[in-house]
Amino acid sequence: MAQKTIAGVNLEVSEEGYLADPTLWTEEIAKEIAKEENIELTEKHFEVINFIRENAEAGLTIRKIGKSGIVDIKGFYGLFPGGPLKISSKIAGIKKPASCV
Amino acid sequence: MTEKKDTQVKKVAIICAKASIEDVYATLVMANGAVMEGMEAKVFFTFFGLDAITKKQMNKLHTATVGNPGMRMPGGLPFPTLLGAIPGVEAGVSAMMRSQMEKLDIPPVDEFLDMITAGGGEIYACKLAMDMFKLEKEDLSDQVSAVITIGDFYAMAGGEGSQIIFT
Repeated sequence: MAQKTIAGVNLEVSEEGYLADPTLWTEEIAKEIAKEENIELTEKHFEVINFIRENAEAGLTIRKIGKSGIVDIKGFYGLFPGGPLKISSKIAGIKKPASCV
Repeated sequence: MTEKKDTQVKKVAIICAKASIEDVYATLVMANGAVMEGMEAKVFFTFFGLDAITKKQMNKLHTATVGNPGMRMPGGLPFPTLLGAIPGVEAGVSAMMRSQMEKLDIPPVDEFLDMITAGGGEIYACKLAMDMFKLEKEDLSDQVSAVITIGDFYAMAGGEGSQIIFT
């Protein structure tokens, strides 16, 4: 575990930059992490991020997000290019997903 | 001392030549896993593997209940080969396997192909095997980009950090 200051808050993060404590997450933190991933967050991004935060406990898959009614799988890849499930989880402040699908 | 240099895998070219549930799903999970990680994935289906992209067969794949030493009864007892030979047993076991996968959020084959192509993965069919099994492009899933030769497939499998996998 490492310490990192994101959006003015000193936070504990994993080696890959995932927040250790999802309850400390704020939208400002999300925007800052997204910037590091070269993503400018839109309202659509936040809809997906909120869905991810609400369903993090149950375990997430790309398929589940595709069935969320918010975005289809192609759209999800478009919003978070280069590894959508991992990148969106990092921005949403949850742990790194352990899903193979 | 030589310095260790790791080249990241950036692209996988996967060849699937078999039609059993486990061979096809190994292929699909690897291909989908690659696009999920932001890698390029190209899949070539040949011989019996064509079942996985043939509309009529793709969602009815079986696992072998005869000659499969990994097969067990629910509870872990060995699965007698003679039992596996009884008509209907293989279909029943295969249906059970598919329902188990559904519980783990592993999609049916047609939906899995949709997911892979939605993520930018590409699906190809082997021309030689298509001719052998007398299949036409119309018989195949809409997610199949093209019917090509193995030479064509190799031609698109190159580049730094690319791997060819045979399942």
